[in-house]
Amino acid sequence: MSTPTTDLSTMRPDRRPKGGAYWLFLVPGGVLLALIIGLPFVMNIYFSFTKWSGIGQPHWIGLHNYNELLHDDIFWMSFRNTLAMIVAMVLVPTLLGMFLAAVLFDSIGRRFNPRTSSVLRAAFYLPQVLPVVVAGIVWGWILQPDGALNALLKAIGLNSLAHDWLGDPKTAMPTVMVMMIWVQIGYPVVVFMAALQRVDPELYEAAELDGAGWFRRFRAITIPQIRAETFVVSLTCTIAAMKVFGPIFALTRGGPDNATNVPSYFSYYTFFKKLNVGYGSAISTVLTVLIIMVSVVFIRVQNASEKRDEDI
Amino acid sequence: MSIAIDPDPASPAALTRSRQPVRSRHQRGASRWVVLAVVTLAALVMLIPFGFMILNAFKSPSDYSSHGSLSWPTGFYTKGLTTYWNQVNFPLKLWNSILISGSVAFLAVLISLLNAYALGIGRVRGRLWIIAAFLLANMLPQESLIYPLYYLAKQVGLYDNKLSVIIIFTVIQSAFGTYLLASVFGTFPKALLEAAALDGAGKWTVLWKVIFPNVRPTLSVLLIFFFIWTWNEFLIPLVMLIDNSTQTIPVALASLQGDRLMDAPTTNAGALISLIPAVIFFFVFQRTLTRGVTAGAIK
Repeated sequence: MSTPTTDLSTMRPDRRPKGGAYWLFLVPGGVLLALIIGLPFVMNIYFSFTKWSGIGQPHWIGLHNYNELLHDDIFWMSFRNTLAMIVAMVLVPTLLGMFLAAVLFDSIGRRFNPRTSSVLRAAFYLPQVLPVVVAGIVWGWILQPDGALNALLKAIGLNSLAHDWLGDPKTAMPTVMVMMIWVQIGYPVVVFMAALQRVDPELYEAAELDGAGWFRRFRAITIPQIRAETFVVSLTCTIAAMKVFGPIFALTRGGPDNATNVPSYFSYYTFFKKLNVGYGSAISTVLTVLIIMVSVVFIRVQNASEKRDEDI
Repeated sequence: MSIAIDPDPASPAALTRSRQPVRSRHQRGASRWVVLAVVTLAALVMLIPFGFMILNAFKSPSDYSSHGSLSWPTGFYTKGLTTYWNQVNFPLKLWNSILISGSVAFLAVLISLLNAYALGIGRVRGRLWIIAAFLLANMLPQESLIYPLYYLAKQVGLYDNKLSVIIIFTVIQSAFGTYLLASVFGTFPKALLEAAALDGAGKWTVLWKVIFPNVRPTLSVLLIFFFIWTWNEFLIPLVMLIDNSTQTIPVALASLQGDRLMDAPTTNAGALISLIPAVIFFFVFQRTLTRGVTAGAIK
């Protein structure tokens, strides 16, 4: 966000505080960043070109791991599952969250009172507060063959629907997706509601006087006004979806038959269970490259749309 | 940003609609209750998993096996709670989580402040690249760091030591904090800095006497965020902390998953006490948090 402006202070050095150079303040943080992020990151890329079990010396094998990845069905499956995670953690929560935030803010917040809407907001946000692993464990129990969901289905006479939700490769992924929607929904709701507080209420009142219905106000006022937040929410959630690990670990460990395997769990498993460090590093390197590419595309699109706005 | 609601409010179309508001206001009387009911129902659906958990956390195993997961508990059974509490030595896990998250929150805010001072106020050469590097560090998947970190921690003797997790998360969280604060500092009023410089204040004094008091609200939001984010972290603590005496609350719960001690009531009791600290924290800081989400969003 910091736009390069003409730095007047360099022309008037006497007006800057004395005592050492500014870059000295960057030393602790910079050294830590290089040691804790930079070095491991480079090491990981190096490992991805080797065959190594974690003991002894890594053995250089060039692009072999990457070549193997291209022919690995589990690898492709894990990235397909990432797309499902993006639907469950970005697409659905953002759209639903936008709608809910508008209803809570515009309809309930203004027609009833703000207290009601903030209590409801807290209910939607609550899953966001807990450690996601704890949520995963509770859901795992609810979804067991003899768990609460099937008991509930039986109690209301829907015996035929009872199912081993996480054990069946066909239903495992959709089930995990439902839980992830539950986990994620609160984040866009809270961000969008905060964003709407910025919007001039007169806009809504004027639109209403002009006879604009709820949906028309939603499209013409709400969506354009929260566009910046929509970008941020979808970018951060997309990155989170690509990295998702805890819920998969707690719910399914990637199973059954890799039906819910995702790149991060796949690489964790390859590192620490199969002790194939080179291959695990290759998986995580590919994931990193994808995340960086997605972020660059997002930021480009956002800048372009901001530019378009300024041109108008 | 400017937006157009109606391209031309005085257009014939707008005029013919002029009687509508009356009707819609009349409709709203009933429909607003419908909207409220639907949203309240949705909010209750969100709470169902919590309901199941609480309902079953206080059931005895025999009650659970004979009456199932939906029945009201026949008695108030707290042994699930105490079993879990003692089994994992919960107070120790709680202390580990507090120590790790608290240290990370404090140190990461300090490092972010120093970094952002150099970048946002000092505008050191190449700052855009440096900020990009911090942003990149924040985006990297932990999977691409975890094996080397695990390997290095073993080399320097910090494996299975809380200090390793504290250092790692201090850096990861401060990468975000630096990025956010640097852009906040970009708009810091120049006049304040110049006035202090004219008084002969050094850079260190300016940081603590001029800048720090002004950005304290932002820093406290960051502090809370770093605390919660670190509290909920899973992968790195899972890999780094394998001993019972070093584990955090989420890792302790996950590592007992599937254990024969963990029957349904104990699992639910364990989950319940594991999320209580987070929920308390949430209610205490709810205001700051919702403000903070915005601070995080407009970065």
